[in-house]
Amino acid sequence: MIDGFIALYIFMLAAFTGYEVISRVPVILHTPLMSGSNFVHGIVLVGAMVALGNANNLAEQIIGFIGVLLAAGNVVGGYVSTERMLAMFKTSQDKNKGSRA
Amino acid sequence: MNTLLAPLVMDDLIQAAYFIAALLFIIGLKRMSSPKGAKNGIIWAGVGMLIAGLITFLWPGMHNYILILAAIFIGGMLAWWSGRRVPMTAMPQMVALYNGMGGGAAAAIAAQELIRGQALALAPVSLAVVGGIIGAVSFTGSLIAFAKLQGLIKKSLRYRIQQIVNSLVLLITLALGIWIIVLHGAAPMSVVIPFFTLALLFGILVTLPIGGADMPVVISLYNACTGLAVAFEGFVIGNAAMIIAGMVVGAAGTLLTQLMAKAMNRSIANVLFSNFGETVSGSTESVSGSLKPMDAADAGVMMAYANKVIIVPGYGMAVAQAQHKVWELTQLLQNRGVTVKFAIHPVAGRMPGHMNVLLAEAGVPYDLISDLDEINPEFATADAALIIGANDVVNPDARNKPDSPIYGMPILNADKARNVIVIKRGQGRGFSGVENTLFYMDNTRMLYGDGQEAVTRLIQSIKSIE
Repeated sequence: MIDGFIALYIFMLAAFTGYEVISRVPVILHTPLMSGSNFVHGIVLVGAMVALGNANNLAEQIIGFIGVLLAAGNVVGGYVSTERMLAMFKTSQDKNKGSRA
Repeated sequence: MNTLLAPLVMDDLIQAAYFIAALLFIIGLKRMSSPKGAKNGIIWAGVGMLIAGLITFLWPGMHNYILILAAIFIGGMLAWWSGRRVPMTAMPQMVALYNGMGGGAAAAIAAQELIRGQALALAPVSLAVVGGIIGAVSFTGSLIAFAKLQGLIKKSLRYRIQQIVNSLVLLITLALGIWIIVLHGAAPMSVVIPFFTLALLFGILVTLPIGGADMPVVISLYNACTGLAVAFEGFVIGNAAMIIAGMVVGAAGTLLTQLMAKAMNRSIANVLFSNFGETVSGSTESVSGSLKPMDAADAGVMMAYANKVIIVPGYGMAVAQAQHKVWELTQLLQNRGVTVKFAIHPVAGRMPGHMNVLLAEAGVPYDLISDLDEINPEFATADAALIIGANDVVNPDARNKPDSPIYGMPILNADKARNVIVIKRGQGRGFSGVENTLFYMDNTRMLYGDGQEAVTRLIQSIKSIE
């Protein structure tokens, strides 16, 4: 469906995009960002779903099932941990707005 | 619904949804790389994931829907349950665990494709094999990294011919992979099964000898690896969203790994193939000067009448669960008109940014927190530097002593402050096993005790001044 050379172009452009997007990240965000990018590669879920959806015998079903199970763990775990970490970042102004004092 | 829409329209709809998902992922990651937009960055990416996941149910010609839903439910619930409960100090190993799962899923897609034994074109079969190896190594490697940080595996396994054994396992795996490629994917089970087994084994073998201090770099590296594996498998099954998202993460993860390794003064090759921390622990050279203890009352007074105090927290503070007390102390000082700043070394905590998360959890606003380059010129104007549970990252030897194992590592120049107060449990050494000359300096005083209890005493001392 995706031609060899078209895919090569996508690979190249996506790689530069990834590099650019991250290049100016402050150190304080490294851990949440690692967790966030961990969530993004959870898109593997989509491929695992298609693989299981096309499984025709028991062996393929077992492997496909494991794939979807792991991928779903990647997606949900990645989201929950990133969201929890990012929810904690507040500035002094946010603090004052939040507290009654 | 499939019958109502012509297959072509259906396909366009699916591709459009994947396109939007890929776009949302990139915007989400972009937002996550600045503190202001970070919080909704994950939401953007989350919406993208939801769109991509839902539209995939409409993929033409699929069956096994119940199995798919069951797997998503079980995997998702387990991850949700664990992700909610885990304490912030354990976050790095949870990231490793979830990342490993993604790698395993990529390897499963490759396995699914290869056990069919059907002939494929050269490009897809090559990428299926390469992605399969990378995904499998990332899977077992991340599980070992998780087990190590969680304390399930305490020792770093090392033996004499380890490098030879590891190389041999890798070579056989690669040879089997090439065999599969030569057969265009129509390989018998007797080749495919050993291929995946050895790839999984290699991930275990290569991660076991790596020490805990280097684990963050390894986790970040596996994160990038999983991204690559996902991109390659995306090509195999013709899924553009997987190619783009996987490749973006692969590149971003590689950069992040380099930044971390640089912050720790380690090269990635060094982390993977040498034994840091074990070889240098034998150094027993003596340091001139003596350790000068101080009690909390004096330390409290010194800080209360200071103009500027810089706090340098380390992982020891998080282990002692002292971060809430430290924030209380900060507020007390602020109310007295003292300027308080936090100086965070890039590898404070267990990975870059981990300490920021731990402080944020305690309620410290991030504008009080400065990184190495911002804060280092400020130590000279600080009346006191308070070191809590940090050691190697403030050791001036890294600047002054070329024969020190940590020489060249960027450090916080806490020694430039007028007074240095070090809260420490006892007289032990840091992760690197190197003696810290900062502790022996004339203007350094030691406040012995557990982090939380020592800070509590400081708070009492300042309160009693009134």
